[in-house]
Amino acid sequence: MESLTNRKKVVSDKPMTLWEKAYLPAIISGMITTMRHMFRKRKTIKYPEETREFAPIYRGQHVLKRDEQGRENCTACGLCAVACPAEAITMTAAERERGEEKLYREEKYAATYEINMLRCIFCGLCEEACPKEAIFLTDRLVPTFFERDNFIYGKDKLVETLDERIDITKRQHTGKRTQL
Amino acid sequence: MDTALLIEKSILVLLLFLVSLGAAAYMTYFERKLAAWIQDRVGPDRAGPFGILQPIADGVKMFLKEDFIPAKADKWLFIIGPGIAMFTALITSAVIPWGPKLHLFGRDITLQVADINIGILYVFGVISIGVYGIMIGGWASNNKYSLYGAIRASSQMISYELAMGVSAITIVLLSGSLSLNDIVTQQSGVWNIVYQPVAFLIFFICALAELNRAPFDLPECESELVGGYHTEYSSMKLGLYLFAEYTSMFVSSAIMSILFFGGYNFPGMSHFSGNTLAILGIAAFAIKIFLFIFVIMWIRWTIPRFRFDQLMHLGWKSLLPLSLINLLVTGLVIAFKNGWF
Repeated sequence: MESLTNRKKVVSDKPMTLWEKAYLPAIISGMITTMRHMFRKRKTIKYPEETREFAPIYRGQHVLKRDEQGRENCTACGLCAVACPAEAITMTAAERERGEEKLYREEKYAATYEINMLRCIFCGLCEEACPKEAIFLTDRLVPTFFERDNFIYGKDKLVETLDERIDITKRQHTGKRTQL
Repeated sequence: MDTALLIEKSILVLLLFLVSLGAAAYMTYFERKLAAWIQDRVGPDRAGPFGILQPIADGVKMFLKEDFIPAKADKWLFIIGPGIAMFTALITSAVIPWGPKLHLFGRDITLQVADINIGILYVFGVISIGVYGIMIGGWASNNKYSLYGAIRASSQMISYELAMGVSAITIVLLSGSLSLNDIVTQQSGVWNIVYQPVAFLIFFICALAELNRAPFDLPECESELVGGYHTEYSSMKLGLYLFAEYTSMFVSSAIMSILFFGGYNFPGMSHFSGNTLAILGIAAFAIKIFLFIFVIMWIRWTIPRFRFDQLMHLGWKSLLPLSLINLLVTGLVIAFKNGWF
């Protein structure tokens, strides 16, 4: 058959010549190769001092965003929980009371919002499903704990604080929210 | 025997002991570094600057590990095995001339523990005992992998000692003496490697096999035999085996530089004399030993292991005939030069 790529190689099993049987030339060429590697640049990243750069769309620990005025974006619509293939997200919705306009963006909000980090597979479907640009995955790592309870992240850990906003400008699903 | 000589030799023995152990310890560090460099890695760099305290950390770790003896093992042999390995590795260095005469405190100090007139035979004898350490250890472990490793080690040693011995005989023919000191002093002009490149090659390959170094590390090949003869060993007993391996690597590098690369001789030797010459000689010898160690490690991290039948094929069908032919040719040339025809 005509080969489609130029990578076809004819394999032959002809007996080795005396030069090849001597084995030493092959060894020496191999040793030259390893010698060249000795002077190459090292690939090692010395971990505690250096860390590997995250990809811009790295999917780590979630954040529940607030808008520019510091109001929570999440309206507890539950689309993220529906989209979640690992069924890691649970929430309860509540109605916004008078006087809470500064806290919540729309008249419904999530009273509790929990993600079980042991169930979460960090697929990012919640982020994709969210119509309000409320939940995003970030380049922060979920730390390890000894107790399983600690892995259930509530709003205390998920919602970003006002003075410490999480940068999500690199995410792909930003900018789909309609301005109110 | 005068007391000064006794003190002098005792100090020399102590120094040699420390140097061999220290060299072996730092060879493990160097080996790991070299392996890392060849594989584009950094290697140990945490213990101390550039990781130079790594051997000490390793030693402490070895001592603190649980010293375990399997229930079905032969306890006496199990303990004596690593001892023999270490002992033989250390006593080989007794006949090695480490440098020209040193002049200190009004005495001429020969840097050789014992200038016995059968130096080469002694070295070969001790190396042959060395395999007992491996064999006994493998047998006493009462473990099939250990036994396999031990059997491989002994068959490999027997096979390669022949070719090694024959190529050493060519050197003996050339120098007319079995004393290592004589062999070194005769190479002050031209090194033996010029006359005997083939013998050197054979000797070097056989030395790799005798040291159980890659590509001939079948007695302890991790991928087939778990750990080979030291599978059941732990703690400092394992440490002694590994140490013995590195010590014998150091000693055999020294032997190879003596037999083929002029020992402590170096070009331009005649310009120096006295203690300067001695120190430069020791330095030259150390550099040669280091280069040999480097090449042996370099080979280890380049070439994959031989299959067992390939090993036997190489030993019996290639190296032994080749060394015999080399011996014959050398003998004929010497006879012709001496006018026996």
